[in-house]
Amino acid sequence: MPKRTDIQSVLVIGSGPIVIGQAAEFDYSGTQACRVLKAEGLRVVLVNSNPATIMTDPEIADATYVEPITPEFVEKIIAKERPDALLPTLGGQTALNTAISLHENGVLEKYGVELIGAKVEAIHKGEDRDQFKLVVEAVNAKIGHGESARSVICHSMDDVLKGVDALGGYPVVVRPSFTMGGAGSGFAHDEEELRRIAGQGLTLSPTTEVLLEESILGWKEYELELMRDKHDNVVVVCSIENFDPMGVHTGDSITVAPAMTLTDREYQVLRDVGIAIIREVGVDTGGCNIQFAVNPEDGRVIVIEMNPRVSRSSALASKATGFPIAKIAAKLAVGYTLDEIPNDITEQTPASFEPTLDYVVVKAPRFAFEKFPSADSSLTTTMKSVGEAMAMGRNFTEALQKALRSLEKKGSQFTFVGEPGDKAELLREAVRPTDGRINTVMQAIRAGATQEEVFESTKIDPWFVDQLFLIKEIADELAAADKLDPDLLAEAKRHGFSDQQIGEIRGLREDVVREVRHALGVRPVYKTVDTCAAEFAARTPYFYSSYDEESEVAPREKPAVIILGSGPNRIGQGIEFDYSCVHASFALSDAGYETVMVNCNPETVSTDYDTSDRLYFEPLTLEDVLEIVHAESLAGPVAGVVVQLGGQTPLGLSQALKDNGVPVVGTSPEAIHAAEDRGAFGQVLAEAGLPAPKHGTATTFAGAKAIADEIGYPVLVRPSYVLGGRGMEIVYDEARLESYIAESTEISPSRPVLVDRFLDDAIEIDVDALYDGEELYLGGVMEHIEEAGIHSGDSACALPPITLGGFDIKRLRASTEAIAKGVGVRGLINIQFAMAGDILYVLEANPRASRTVPFTSKATAVPLAKAAARISLGATIAELREEGLLPKNGDGGELPLDAPISVKEAVMPWSRFRDIHGRGVDTVLGPEMRSTGEVMGIDSVFGTAYAKSQAGAYGPLPTKGRAFISVANRDKRSMIFPARELVAHGFELLATSGTAEVLKRNGINATVVRKQSEGTGPNGEKTIVQLIHDGEVDLIVNTPYGTGGRLDGYDIRTAAVARSVPCLTTVQALAAAVQGIDALNHGDVGVRSLQEHAEHLIAARD
Amino acid sequence: MTTSTRGATKVPAVLVLEDGRTFRGRAYGAVGVTFGEAVFSTGMTGYQETLTDPSYHRQVVVMTAPHVGNTGVNDEDPESKRIWVAGYVVRDPARVPSNWRSRRTLDEELAQQGVVGISGVDTRALTRHLRERGAMRVGIFSGNALPDEGTMLAEVRQAPEMKGADLSAEVATKEPYVVPAIGEKKFTVAAVDLGIKGMTPHRMAERGIEVHVLPATATADEVYAVNPDGVFFSNGPGDPATADHPVSVMRAVLERGTPLFGICFGNQILGRALGFGTYKLKYGHRGINQPVQDRTTGKVEVTAHNHGFAVDAPLDKVSETPYGRAEVSHVCLNDNVVEGLQLLDRPAFSVQYHPEAAAGPHDAAYLFDRFVSLMEGQRA
Repeated sequence: MPKRTDIQSVLVIGSGPIVIGQAAEFDYSGTQACRVLKAEGLRVVLVNSNPATIMTDPEIADATYVEPITPEFVEKIIAKERPDALLPTLGGQTALNTAISLHENGVLEKYGVELIGAKVEAIHKGEDRDQFKLVVEAVNAKIGHGESARSVICHSMDDVLKGVDALGGYPVVVRPSFTMGGAGSGFAHDEEELRRIAGQGLTLSPTTEVLLEESILGWKEYELELMRDKHDNVVVVCSIENFDPMGVHTGDSITVAPAMTLTDREYQVLRDVGIAIIREVGVDTGGCNIQFAVNPEDGRVIVIEMNPRVSRSSALASKATGFPIAKIAAKLAVGYTLDEIPNDITEQTPASFEPTLDYVVVKAPRFAFEKFPSADSSLTTTMKSVGEAMAMGRNFTEALQKALRSLEKKGSQFTFVGEPGDKAELLREAVRPTDGRINTVMQAIRAGATQEEVFESTKIDPWFVDQLFLIKEIADELAAADKLDPDLLAEAKRHGFSDQQIGEIRGLREDVVREVRHALGVRPVYKTVDTCAAEFAARTPYFYSSYDEESEVAPREKPAVIILGSGPNRIGQGIEFDYSCVHASFALSDAGYETVMVNCNPETVSTDYDTSDRLYFEPLTLEDVLEIVHAESLAGPVAGVVVQLGGQTPLGLSQALKDNGVPVVGTSPEAIHAAEDRGAFGQVLAEAGLPAPKHGTATTFAGAKAIADEIGYPVLVRPSYVLGGRGMEIVYDEARLESYIAESTEISPSRPVLVDRFLDDAIEIDVDALYDGEELYLGGVMEHIEEAGIHSGDSACALPPITLGGFDIKRLRASTEAIAKGVGVRGLINIQFAMAGDILYVLEANPRASRTVPFTSKATAVPLAKAAARISLGATIAELREEGLLPKNGDGGELPLDAPISVKEAVMPWSRFRDIHGRGVDTVLGPEMRSTGEVMGIDSVFGTAYAKSQAGAYGPLPTKGRAFISVANRDKRSMIFPARELVAHGFELLATSGTAEVLKRNGINATVVRKQSEGTGPNGEKTIVQLIHDGEVDLIVNTPYGTGGRLDGYDIRTAAVARSVPCLTTVQALAAAVQGIDALNHGDVGVRSLQEHAEHLIAARD
Repeated sequence: MTTSTRGATKVPAVLVLEDGRTFRGRAYGAVGVTFGEAVFSTGMTGYQETLTDPSYHRQVVVMTAPHVGNTGVNDEDPESKRIWVAGYVVRDPARVPSNWRSRRTLDEELAQQGVVGISGVDTRALTRHLRERGAMRVGIFSGNALPDEGTMLAEVRQAPEMKGADLSAEVATKEPYVVPAIGEKKFTVAAVDLGIKGMTPHRMAERGIEVHVLPATATADEVYAVNPDGVFFSNGPGDPATADHPVSVMRAVLERGTPLFGICFGNQILGRALGFGTYKLKYGHRGINQPVQDRTTGKVEVTAHNHGFAVDAPLDKVSETPYGRAEVSHVCLNDNVVEGLQLLDRPAFSVQYHPEAAAGPHDAAYLFDRFVSLMEGQRA
């Protein structure tokens, strides 16, 4: 039966900003779904507040609303667009929860919108723990397999304490209902832990519900991805086995596809249970993910949970198998059945089958604990990783070692030199799952641990343990061999050893190993991901490397452009870079090139086999990239390699690629050096007559001290060549400078530390621009809302700038052009300026696509990354203006006066992290970037745009209620006017004594509340922290007191995170919030699609 | 040099295809020489079931899943009393098996049963070769003193071909035996063993059927001697074009209108009994992920396959046969191969694939219920 004819338009809800547990995978699945629905001739209406996504590109949907994903805003969109149906299963938990709200408050019924993809009843059955237990019981009654862990549902702390007794004591697992990525869940080993975790969980759960469960720590963990159509055809797309046993969130585990340690009988039991569950829950058109625990002693199977929607695992399964789950889910939702949908890869066979793999897939998580030094790095049932890398190989060892090197993190690869350490100590350490436990295990093996000992301390399955021993034995052979003969080298490569690892073991340079290897003819071949283990011919060139016999790369005629992606998502290098790479692929394909994408991040649109002509799912190391370039050079002409769009990862390879004779297009490696090297860049600035803050570079404390003494404290210090402000800090005194230098591991003679004068109170400005060698196109000018000193990635900003005048823009344009020309940019450049007093300082320049490119592109309706890709390959700005890719006249620096204002706001992951005592981590912004994602608010005036950005990021700004204000001395002056405004809007002000006094002197009444340090008052007066916890505060303004004043503020800010109360930590943000509140209180806030905004802008330009 | 035991398994081995392509690897299982028809199986689980499936007699099985042996060998999962494959080709054999039911390693089991294998070859390249050129004869030669390639190739070319091979009798039971019903006995079925898998009578027994398994040479009289409510024809190796004896027995059953069910080889025999031809597929269906559509309900089931031959019957119309009207009931959606036949006027049906699974999904288990309904219908 073909597609339904009663649906003409569909509303798709995206997942909003990238947060831990809900990341780029939903851009991938949402983009697929929107494209499919559009191709089916449906009008696609999309809402997603995240500008960094491909999904929110205006050409993906018919009407794209970059608006907050809240029931209120989505209702406005529904009222305006009147879609026939709502598809809520592709935007993660955010979309599902929003859809449920719209169902429950009657909006869907009111506007006659049908929920497709999953029925409300099915969503509840799948997600509500009580109901899901009944589902599992019903399944067991039918097929005799599957059970739930013994558990108790609790709605209060009393229930929780009684529940532990019912389960037979500690440890117990606490899981809050309806939270994403397992937020708020964890193991409690005693009452204190239980009270803390369960208390938090009750708060986080929208239904104030947590589940207590028997502990199944150490069991084997599996996942199945299933799809079902309206004819009740069900297929299992993929099985996934977790390397880390139960106890670690699957998002934080190393996972392997297909399952490695199940017999067919046991696998079929999981399959039968999975199918019975999808039927019982009633997911009738779409996908779901089911997690199982299996007791390694006797095979007892426990069903852990199911997600009745597309998930992170389904994105992984899609990339692992070549079976596009989201795309097919969208087709099923509009009425197709699985047998009516062709398998894209084979083109000849239908989608109603189960992919079979002749390779092994390993996913490894990428963590960012270094950004949150106080956070507890133990892995638990709450997801903490910020990204992941996936690798494929013809066996587990090859895939594993490729995945570990794809993480692109110091120490992520196994090392076999140096003293491993004490065996007993290493085994003890390996008991606790953490980032890099696998490396600890390898060191334990090197220190002489037996397979049994490793299993005892980690419960990692003995088959996996043996594979680690196998890797170690090969390392031993490499070390012991007289010379690198072809057999040994080939064997090592077959088990995933990199040239760098082999070099380390043999005491050789990586490039020497490579030369030897090439001389011996040991090179990888490229195999195809074909869904069917070669049973049928594959039409889609989706490749992975392996040291095997036969390569499947076909010859081609057209010149190819190889685009290097950005690797695993991490803080500072996220989905924004993937956006630029995907745009480059589209633009270059349109321009007649064959596009070849290289990336190892399974969450992304770039690694969709549909995005480029060829996809290499490979690590982004020099070795892996050189081999791909070699293979593609044999296949046909290579026009060049694009390195400037994927962030620091490919940029870092630029010089080495060039040195190896690879044609790097766009900005040359020398130009990149000119921008990144302090000395060279200083030269550029000096020649252009541009001021930079006083600065110097040093490799020792003495050197740094001399510079700081000269320019005066505070100083901004940072290592060179880093992204996301890694290790960047504002240093206020000599003592801290000394400890900073001592702690920093990144500093070496070739990588000195940079010491800059810190510009207090400056306005920070970001500029994105294109340069072709002749002409500058100013993409956009963004004015930061927070002052300089807060990382640009964590700062909110507005475009067009709200307080800069024509003269300032003129200066910015001239400076940008001078730098672009001086550096030698061919493509994109991002420059950060600071305006202090009347002086425009240049802080830094990045000769590559920046984090803000998608935001700028959407705010100005100009595809900057596409233009940059074209310029890299020789097009001029004049030609692109002629073609229509860039506007005929003008640029992003001269937007019409009535252009909409776009505000970008960063989203922080505070609620994910706890210190080892279980307390929240501090939320103060600083020069080191810690946000995971961003949202965009767009409207005709700044206040409304800002209010939307807040609603999209953290929940709506309050329009009345109680506001608590406590600010540092330096902020007291600037607080007065916004405070007065809050009162005018009817807020009751609460303040600590010092701030209240200042307010009172300025004629503003504020109720004095007790500081946390003062404790509860004699008559039971609550402290501010208690008030926040009790939900009696609606808005918090709390700016940190320099370096020392973290004590009280810390408790206030962590309480705010725990209770989800808006918390502003700068006075600039307060001023913006007041404008937002003002807008919300004056008249209705409307919604407008990007397409409408663009039409308006284009009309105004002409 | 190290504590490594890896060196011990480095006995060289060579795989030689009849068209001259060779793959070099290491010995796996028994060391020696073996010949057979090279076929590939795409199942990712169930190697024990595959190895012990009598339908693989005289075939050298190439596993497309790279890791084989991970769960060792247990005593519950074999489908018959011995390993039947003529040779075994894998990429990465497990060194340490892991499963609570495992008794020994697969390597040991293969060696103990004298099955010559090879590991470390590019199984994907080999599979692609077989896909493009078709199933063909192959030899595996292992040991420290291997003959030269020309000699090996000549030996491979002397091995018998699968086309025209009559093999059922070689694998079937010599003596009849009974698999008792589990729980209350409801029916008696005579099962003609052409290479039957252990799970098949078990699936019937679960439904209250007492199964009398008879040798491939059983006559119609011997079939009816057990007073059956239904007759079953099993899977098995070889070319159905040679199976004249089972075809004649089946015709006798069709004449009498006894409920009849056939699986795999049994389906091909029903095809021949009805007057259809059979033919050899280029490279066959061997795996546990094949989409088959039940044409009466439109539903798709994911099924286990192991067949190199197929029935040539029209998909688009009902055929007239000596036993009334017949139609194609099931079809493989990958390539439209006939996967099931049913008579419209008599209680007889068969499928080309494996509803008993083992290894594979249980989606098609309903066919055993269908057989039970036919027998119930006949009684009523």
